[in-house]
Amino acid sequence: MRPEHSTVDPAEIAKFEAMAAEWWDPNGKFKPLHMLNPVRLDYITTQIATEFNRTLTAERPFTGLRILDIGCGGGLLSEPMARLGAIVVGADAAARNIPIARIHAEQSGLTVDYRHTTAEDLAAAGEVFDVVLNMEVVEHVPDPAEFLTACRHLLRPGGLMICSTLNRNPKSFAMAIVGAEYVMRWLPKGTHEWSKFITPDELYALLEGAGLRPVDRKGMVFNPLTWSWRLSDRDLSVNYVTASLRP
Amino acid sequence: MDRTAPAHILRGMNRDYEVIIAGGGLNGPALGLALAGAGLSVLVVDAQPARARAKAEFDGRAYALALASRRLLEGLGLWDRLEPLSQPIRQIKASDGRPGEGAAPFLLHFDSAELEEGAMGHMLEDRHLYAAFADAMAAQPGLTHLPATEVTGQEPEGTGIAVTLSDGRRLTAALLAGCDGRASGTAARAGIRRTGWGYDQTALVCAIRHELPHEGTAHQFFMPGGPLAILPLPPGDRSSIVWSEEAGAAARIAALGDDAFLDVLRPRFGDFLGRIELAGPRFSYPLSLSLAESYVAPRLALVGDAAHGVHPIAGQGLNLGLRDVAALAEVVVDARRRGEDIGAVDVLARYQSWRRFDATALALGMDAVNRLFSNDNPILRAGRDLGLGVVNAVPGLRRRFMRQAAGLSGPLPRLMAGRAL
Repeated sequence: MRPEHSTVDPAEIAKFEAMAAEWWDPNGKFKPLHMLNPVRLDYITTQIATEFNRTLTAERPFTGLRILDIGCGGGLLSEPMARLGAIVVGADAAARNIPIARIHAEQSGLTVDYRHTTAEDLAAAGEVFDVVLNMEVVEHVPDPAEFLTACRHLLRPGGLMICSTLNRNPKSFAMAIVGAEYVMRWLPKGTHEWSKFITPDELYALLEGAGLRPVDRKGMVFNPLTWSWRLSDRDLSVNYVTASLRP
Repeated sequence: MDRTAPAHILRGMNRDYEVIIAGGGLNGPALGLALAGAGLSVLVVDAQPARARAKAEFDGRAYALALASRRLLEGLGLWDRLEPLSQPIRQIKASDGRPGEGAAPFLLHFDSAELEEGAMGHMLEDRHLYAAFADAMAAQPGLTHLPATEVTGQEPEGTGIAVTLSDGRRLTAALLAGCDGRASGTAARAGIRRTGWGYDQTALVCAIRHELPHEGTAHQFFMPGGPLAILPLPPGDRSSIVWSEEAGAAARIAALGDDAFLDVLRPRFGDFLGRIELAGPRFSYPLSLSLAESYVAPRLALVGDAAHGVHPIAGQGLNLGLRDVAALAEVVVDARRRGEDIGAVDVLARYQSWRRFDATALALGMDAVNRLFSNDNPILRAGRDLGLGVVNAVPGLRRRFMRQAAGLSGPLPRLMAGRAL
């Protein structure tokens, strides 16, 4: 069963369905995502705390916030948001991810509303959120402009969208495709299509075109010596993340 | 004392505590206070009764706190109370000696005037440090302290761990921290193997009162049988002695009466402190190294001697343990602020990769220093004299040694760099 209206490419969905079972093994197929997760979460939690005036040291700082996690996969972002007190909807166009994510949230004692749906269908149903997480998704959709417009409809005025993706340049080709898919075999070959990668300026233009106001961007940089990721103000050459507001 | 679990529901989980700490010595309370201070609910389980820990009288036990450890105590809000009770170490003089020959010229001379952070370390009696921890635990609403109770079982179960106590209760947490010493039951139950060796050496520990003031100087004499450290205690006429000897000789010395013991001790460090007498009971500890093959297991993190039991040369055991405390607290608190599961495999792996290299390097480094300085081979003696002479002659090199001893080198946890968690 597939949602009726979708900008998600069926071939893309099939690739991720094949990878779904290993979501929660930090040393399994999704190891690179688990390694990236702390810096993604650092950025997301700091941006939300700043925008909605929350203190991250509080018991459940995101209480009362409604957060949508698009492309939630196994729930690597949805669960932390729920643990911080938010009301979370996790949406994924790959049906197989939903039961995996549900089982894991239940095991963790967390409440997340996981749905097999798309941003477009949620927007058409009139759903509204304080925060939309749009992480490592935009480079996989066939029509980024239409997708980001749907994301804007999902935000209440003053709402925040965090969007990360991969830059398009020779270095990102070497790192994300040759390095991650062929050399390290972190990701199955064909996970990414380099031509779909988006430069920061292109993403800013797309966000503005969709009626959003970009307010911040940072690089996410992998250091092979410490084998870990960090946020960078300057180096947006491969992975990067942005924050924008619905005016 | 509160024996009931907090009633509130913990961060989406129906758990009794976020972290249960096995061990109530020094690392356990320090970790509990750091975590509870950052908003976590914590249970500290101590096998010993409170009375056995809290001593009004000086029992001869004291620690040489590195600067980084002092910063941790500042971060926990304990230093204002402890500073007046401590003795700043203003100088360290290290030299080579053989009984009967008197003290050789000082080979290494570290002066805190060369270190911009101030005193290189502070001597602090165990009773003061423990009393500060005990009072802070009692005043911290997020921390439950359970003395005279043992952790008797543990069972990781998916996203939490069930911990069985000697009072029959079974409590759940996201993480169990093993601060239960080198005979760690939490490590053994998790199937973590240990490696290590004895040294055929014993440390004789006691406190002395002396006629002349120590003026904040710590002395280390490297003797053929092992190093002898004289560490200054407040207010100026007492020092702590840590004297390592070959095990057979140590057993004979330990068996001596107090007067005969002092007669053996006196010629080993000369007369620069004037007349000396004992200022407390004498202890002896066989020296050995005990390293856990892993610092973490599912839902378990080992801290201090449970991870790496080192011998007490230069008081590095407590300093090393407090570095574990600061690193684990930082990893856990950061993970919690991100909304991560604080006991997840990848979160605990961050703690292990941060601490294991540092602790093993230091443990083996002290091992090498001990072996080198415990040797009477004339070639090695000449070599180490030359080596130490070189260190002394090059100010940059000496400063690096001092920063290492003060615990200021390597990636410092925030609590040890004077920053909040």
